[in-house]
Amino acid sequence: MAENAPPAIEIDRLEKRYGGVPAVRGISFSLAPGEVLGLLGGNGAGKTTTIGMIMGLVLPSAGSVKVFGVDMAKDRYAVLHRMNFESPYVDMPHRLTVRQNLEVFGRLYGIRAIKNRIADLARELHLEDFLDREAGALSAGQKTRVALAKSLINEPDLLLLDEPTASLDPDTADWVRTRLETYRRERGASILLASHNMAEVERLCDRVIIMKAGAIADEGTPKSLIEKYGRHSLEEVFLDVARSPATQGAAA
Amino acid sequence: MSTPIYHHNAGFSFTRVGALILRYTYLLRSSWPRLLELVYWPTVQMLTWGFIQVYVANASGRAAFAAGTLIGAMLLWDVLFRSQLGFSVSFLEEIWARNIGNLLMSPMRPSEFIAALIIMSLVRLAIGLGPVAVMATMFFGFNYFALGISAALFFANLVLTGWAVGLVVSGLVMRHGLGAESLAWTVMFVLLPLTAVYYPVTVLPAWLQPIAWCLPPTYVFEGLRALLIDHNLRLDLMAEAFALNVGLFALAILAFRILLEKAREAGSLMQMGE
Repeated sequence: MAENAPPAIEIDRLEKRYGGVPAVRGISFSLAPGEVLGLLGGNGAGKTTTIGMIMGLVLPSAGSVKVFGVDMAKDRYAVLHRMNFESPYVDMPHRLTVRQNLEVFGRLYGIRAIKNRIADLARELHLEDFLDREAGALSAGQKTRVALAKSLINEPDLLLLDEPTASLDPDTADWVRTRLETYRRERGASILLASHNMAEVERLCDRVIIMKAGAIADEGTPKSLIEKYGRHSLEEVFLDVARSPATQGAAA
Repeated sequence: MSTPIYHHNAGFSFTRVGALILRYTYLLRSSWPRLLELVYWPTVQMLTWGFIQVYVANASGRAAFAAGTLIGAMLLWDVLFRSQLGFSVSFLEEIWARNIGNLLMSPMRPSEFIAALIIMSLVRLAIGLGPVAVMATMFFGFNYFALGISAALFFANLVLTGWAVGLVVSGLVMRHGLGAESLAWTVMFVLLPLTAVYYPVTVLPAWLQPIAWCLPPTYVFEGLRALLIDHNLRLDLMAEAFALNVGLFALAILAFRILLEKAREAGSLMQMGE
């Protein structure tokens, strides 16, 4: 990655209001190339809305989102081919087989050698056994692997993950985390990870932002936050922040 | 940095349009009920109106009915209705599958999405109405394809109207979610009495006739009767319908884009699904 490369994500005083009700309150942060940033917060903290604005699916009420230096409100098509995402808010078409789904998304992303790419992903993510099965007939763990394959189909430089291991058993969740670590190491990709699983965040993330009521309540490396709050784990830090009125918007 | 595994086309991409068509083709191939549904209702309609026409022609002896105005109008009405439905249902498949976020987050542009929906509307029309048009010839002696250039002009005008309505319905579903879904099956029926599908515009009350003439399909159905009864191809009517359709289609694209922006403002694209 070039040293003068722009941040993967640069958010400046970002706000979102739904009918006058604030969902995100003027947050600013950036994600460096190759960095993994955790976005933490309770339900309704504004994580998904923030990710929606980064993807361009939600328009900000104020502020800006830049991805690789491109303003997403004005020219998102200049960078969408370098991004991808996985979210519990979307699904793969159930009636199509896994192979058909990956082929369609491969073509949408302009993949040059689609069959080879699908074969590579099938091997890396252990999809071979159900590649020709309909996506709707898969188990939760298999669906997560397929969603991960779709999110990696274009070898994105920026990966947005919204609770990628929610509802997975510990073994499958651990397997997904290992794949993400490998992908980040091999590709130097930037990853924004929204999760309620603090152990997962501690393991994967270089830095963490804790959101509360639409604002940034605190941020730092997992280790520095644990030290700052005098706790043993990020989960305890999260609970301190979530339950303390003093942290609301402290770092925003 | 290694060479990207993708080819980035910043402009309109036929490859991405092809990807969407492939997606809908896979879906149709995987589901025989979907294919059956495409043929079922047009066949029922054709048989019903065909027998009504036989009965009325025998009972009244009117040349208009003998010429096939009822069954011809029914076939053209189905072109109008099913072009809109084909467009809207392909769009709704993405909502039902909770796939719209995946698509809108991909490099696919709205114009490519619209192009794919238009092509799928034509594919679904061919599957649904092709066999029915053949059956109309076999059972009732009404050969739509024998209308030649007129058939093409009628078809082009009606599908343009259907796509325009389909665009607005799709935009409303994006903005308001599946609460607006039923519009896909119902909205076109407002046009059934107003566009004088089965009777001349002069049958309508005087105050309603100007409204009917604001609707492009009215010109097509009047043109069909002129052709079948008077053997007169009314190019003037076709040109007027086309002019109205161009304006309607442009407005529909504008409405679709505005509703997409409103959906992004409201955050409704993040909450789509069954």
